[in-house]
Amino acid sequence: MKKVDIANELYEKIGISKKEALDIVELVLGTLKESLKNGETVKIAGFGNFVVRKKRERKGRNPKTGEEIGISPRQVVTFRPSHIFKQYVNGQDSEVRSQKSK
Amino acid sequence: MTKTDLIEKVSLKTAGLTKKQTEIIVNMLFDSIKEALASGDKIEIRGFGSFRIRSRRNREGRNPKTGESVVVPQKRVPFFKAGKDLKELVDGKTVG
Repeated sequence: MKKVDIANELYEKIGISKKEALDIVELVLGTLKESLKNGETVKIAGFGNFVVRKKRERKGRNPKTGEEIGISPRQVVTFRPSHIFKQYVNGQDSEVRSQKSK
Repeated sequence: MTKTDLIEKVSLKTAGLTKKQTEIIVNMLFDSIKEALASGDKIEIRGFGSFRIRSRRNREGRNPKTGESVVVPQKRVPFFKAGKDLKELVDGKTVG
């Protein structure tokens, strides 16, 4: 599934045009990127958190030659899916929730 | 930034849509990603990243309280891999 497919779904489900749907998808992604660029965590309830993590400098090895090389400090994005999302992909969203309330 | 902030920001940039309408659309967008993954599909968004499912096998774990050994059943977890543009953007490098 690609960006266009997501836009098409929005177009099919609600009355907006294909162009509008694609614009919104772009806008949402652009806003997410902008926020992450500033090192900000983005929390989407029911979906998950995009977190910017700072990595320290570390030593690595070229797996082919065994040569040791320095890996510079860097910032990376990680995604931590929410419980709801995790349960959803395992097809047990309602089941687990009732277990937790015990 | 929370989803509410995201909706707020997006609705400021979209003429002709109320905040409520934007909220519905944004929710639908994330839901469609969830549905696609749940049905085994993967999502690739150029310049942003990709979402796919990773499978975890059965493994033996321990109850940290009692030390008792238990089997943690196999499961599927959503996985996101940042795209090149996003990686460089976040690392403060210039894109392109």
